[in-house]
Amino acid sequence: MKSVDVLVIGAGAAGLAAAVSLKENSIEDVLVVDRQNFAGGILFQCIHSGFGLHRFGEELTGPEYAQRYIDMAECQNVEMLLSSSVVDIVSKDDIKEVIILSQDSGLVKVKVKAIILAMGCRERNRGNINIPGSRPAGIFTAGLAQKLVNIEGYMPGNEFVIVGSGDIGLIMARRLTLEGAKVKAVLEIQPYPGGLDRNIVQCLDDFDIPLYTSHIVTNICGSRRVESVDVSEITDGRLTPKMKISCDTLLLSVGLIPENELSITAGVSLNAATAGPIVSSDYMTNVPGIFACGNVLHVHDLVDYVSDEASACAKAVSMYLANKLPQDKCIPVHSGNMVRYVVPSTVKPQCDAILKLRPVAPMKNVKIKVVSDRGDVLKSKKLIRAIPSEMITVQLNDVPTGCKSITVYFEI
Amino acid sequence: MSKKYDIAIIGAGVVGASIARRLSRYKLTVALLEKEVDVSFGTSKANSGIIHAGFHDTPGSLKAELCVRGNTEYDRLADELEFPFERRGELVVAFDEEQQQTLYKLYRNGQQNGVRYMELLGRERTLELEPNLNPDVLGSLYAPTAGIIGPYEYCFALVENAVKNGVELLLSFEVAGIHKTNNFFSVESSDGRSIESSFLVNAAGLCADRIAAMCGMNNFKITPRKGEEYLLDKRVGKLVRRVIFPAPKTNSKGILVIPTIDGPVMIGPTADDIDDKEDFSTTKEGLDRVFAFTSHTVPAIRVSDIITSFAGLRPVPSRNDFIIDKTEVSGFINAAGIQSPGLTASPAIAEKICGIILSCGLRMELNPDFNPKRKAKIRTRTLVENRDYDTLGKLIQSDKNYSKLVCRCENVSEAEIIDAIYRGHTTIDSIKYATRACSGRCQGGFCTSRILQLISEHAGIDILKITKKGPGSELILHRIDKGHQ
Repeated sequence: MKSVDVLVIGAGAAGLAAAVSLKENSIEDVLVVDRQNFAGGILFQCIHSGFGLHRFGEELTGPEYAQRYIDMAECQNVEMLLSSSVVDIVSKDDIKEVIILSQDSGLVKVKVKAIILAMGCRERNRGNINIPGSRPAGIFTAGLAQKLVNIEGYMPGNEFVIVGSGDIGLIMARRLTLEGAKVKAVLEIQPYPGGLDRNIVQCLDDFDIPLYTSHIVTNICGSRRVESVDVSEITDGRLTPKMKISCDTLLLSVGLIPENELSITAGVSLNAATAGPIVSSDYMTNVPGIFACGNVLHVHDLVDYVSDEASACAKAVSMYLANKLPQDKCIPVHSGNMVRYVVPSTVKPQCDAILKLRPVAPMKNVKIKVVSDRGDVLKSKKLIRAIPSEMITVQLNDVPTGCKSITVYFEI
Repeated sequence: MSKKYDIAIIGAGVVGASIARRLSRYKLTVALLEKEVDVSFGTSKANSGIIHAGFHDTPGSLKAELCVRGNTEYDRLADELEFPFERRGELVVAFDEEQQQTLYKLYRNGQQNGVRYMELLGRERTLELEPNLNPDVLGSLYAPTAGIIGPYEYCFALVENAVKNGVELLLSFEVAGIHKTNNFFSVESSDGRSIESSFLVNAAGLCADRIAAMCGMNNFKITPRKGEEYLLDKRVGKLVRRVIFPAPKTNSKGILVIPTIDGPVMIGPTADDIDDKEDFSTTKEGLDRVFAFTSHTVPAIRVSDIITSFAGLRPVPSRNDFIIDKTEVSGFINAAGIQSPGLTASPAIAEKICGIILSCGLRMELNPDFNPKRKAKIRTRTLVENRDYDTLGKLIQSDKNYSKLVCRCENVSEAEIIDAIYRGHTTIDSIKYATRACSGRCQGGFCTSRILQLISEHAGIDILKITKKGPGSELILHRIDKGHQ
């Protein structure tokens, strides 16, 4: 049976950065597996620009950003097993046995010491948000439409309504308009937009595409193909029927869910708030030797931060293999006032940690505070604004020994 | 000149398909006519997939007789045709004294109908069998002979086997007119095709009243009764092992908690009489009703676990029983008004229809070449679930396409999808029913574009012509202009 030190599952933004960093940390025996026949993951269908500003100091397209990492991986001789799906992970003591279905190599069993989960996320769909109505052709998730348009060269419709103002939906509104389609409306259930400010301006405002916040689709009409959608406004928690919009296609951009079915198979526990694994500040899950980073851990706003997280994760894996990960008891991190979630779920005494969090709702002039159970303020940071679409990062240095838990909250 | 058959069957749902397969045992020429682009695309596709024990139906009714008889056929059928089937049992639960009384009535019904092995269970034993039920349950009626089934796999398998044994399947054949001349029916489709037959079997589901009217008979009406169903993520787990029924009210068996043969739990259906035979919409109100009931029965059920929903229309006849008989028009036989327990009864309905045709004087000689076997494609999903990697490894060696997973949620390989295409399933919905690709939690978000490519490549259909469920439901509207060279 083949054996490797570290198996990285997924060759997208997180997996590539993790593999490159493992090599940089002198871990030579690395195998990256991906189900696609190319590395780079979802970045290849993101042909718009805006990637890499933080990581490379320049504005790249998705494929350009991916290519940077593919080149680095090649430079470092990272071994890749493409067109291959991991279907099972069985942990036996310190060794994990991984089952891979590979187009070129058939059924492959690999023994590994450590695994980095980097499978990314999937899109929420109609069923998840229960839009009533008929079941015609012409209902797509935004990411699937993006793949059809940008990779395959097919137009799934002519007249669109987009549900959800997440970034993929906004980017697709612009993309479809540039391809000659009519985007009649973008509807958002929340009273504020779901995507980044720059995307609201560059993708909607610049093209006169109307955004309706506090609006939802209450019915899909059409038996064979979508013919129209009924739209209601939400005011004080009550629905008021507002309009019928005729369209042939409904795009859903209603959020992403970390793809953790394999993690569950491997015995990894998930965090209900993020739908990603519960990890310590060194990115290790409850299963020793299994680590997670990128969108499989929690959905990020920018790919640059995915790469950063993957590098940090790889560093921790190299320490794990050298038996140098701190063994101290983990201190739980709680989400306090107005905090939707915090990653990681635990930190370790006398160690540094990067906390990533998202607020429940938009706020202005707030303070983000990290306090211990004994009331010590470990960090306090002023923010002019905090919005759910932007991840907030807090660096914690030298977590004090003796505290039993820490809480992160917004002081309004 | 249109082709002549001994028998033409209108409708390739489970009823028409069962009749066709039954008739394929004989040296007869049989045509199976279906208006949709694939079989099982009408009422059958929205079936709950339950093989009922048979205690619900009024003693003495055709429903009761054919349900109980049909039930006993499934072990043999599943063995011959390799569709998924398990005898899991049904449990009708009671939460108050009045409902307890209803259980007793059902028990007596069942006895009269000839249902075997039923038991009335107390609270303790009920919770022992189904620990996730609401602990307030007082007792239950348990019928272990009930089963669950893959309804479209069943229908696909019946038709495949019938076709293999000589039945001719005519798809997209929407009957537009029927004329009887001498001893022949001449049946015309809306696209101009026509066939002739000596016998005509009306298994047209929701349209059975319209078909009968084409032959001059207006003695029954079919009303659509809508049923909304909601499917939960398989991660929720096996909340129940058996089909859970409420103590029934008047017009339906109530809202159930159904363990589907593929793993996920399904809840529903609602039962609402409507006017429109094309209205397959789900509603907010239906969702609320389904949840209000099922979350009381099984408290662990949560709205957030829904992955998809759909609605089906049951063909409810104006008379309160199946309409299975010859008619005043000689050679015209009804298999109409087949609502629940139609799936369960379908093998017995087919047998009865054969008997009727025989009684009409048609010479029915057994076909010595009849082959009852139909082989299913081995599923990657089953092997992965059972961690049977030795078999999977060997399978991949014999067919490399088994190593290419197209649907990641349900572990469906390219081998299975290509197999389904060659069995004649070339729409996205057919591939979904045949293989489960697109039916998992991502609902086709990842695999749809690959399935489009595979259909195009193996069935030779232009991507722009590939549909979800027939003409008018194309997925891609046009190609993007690549610009000038």
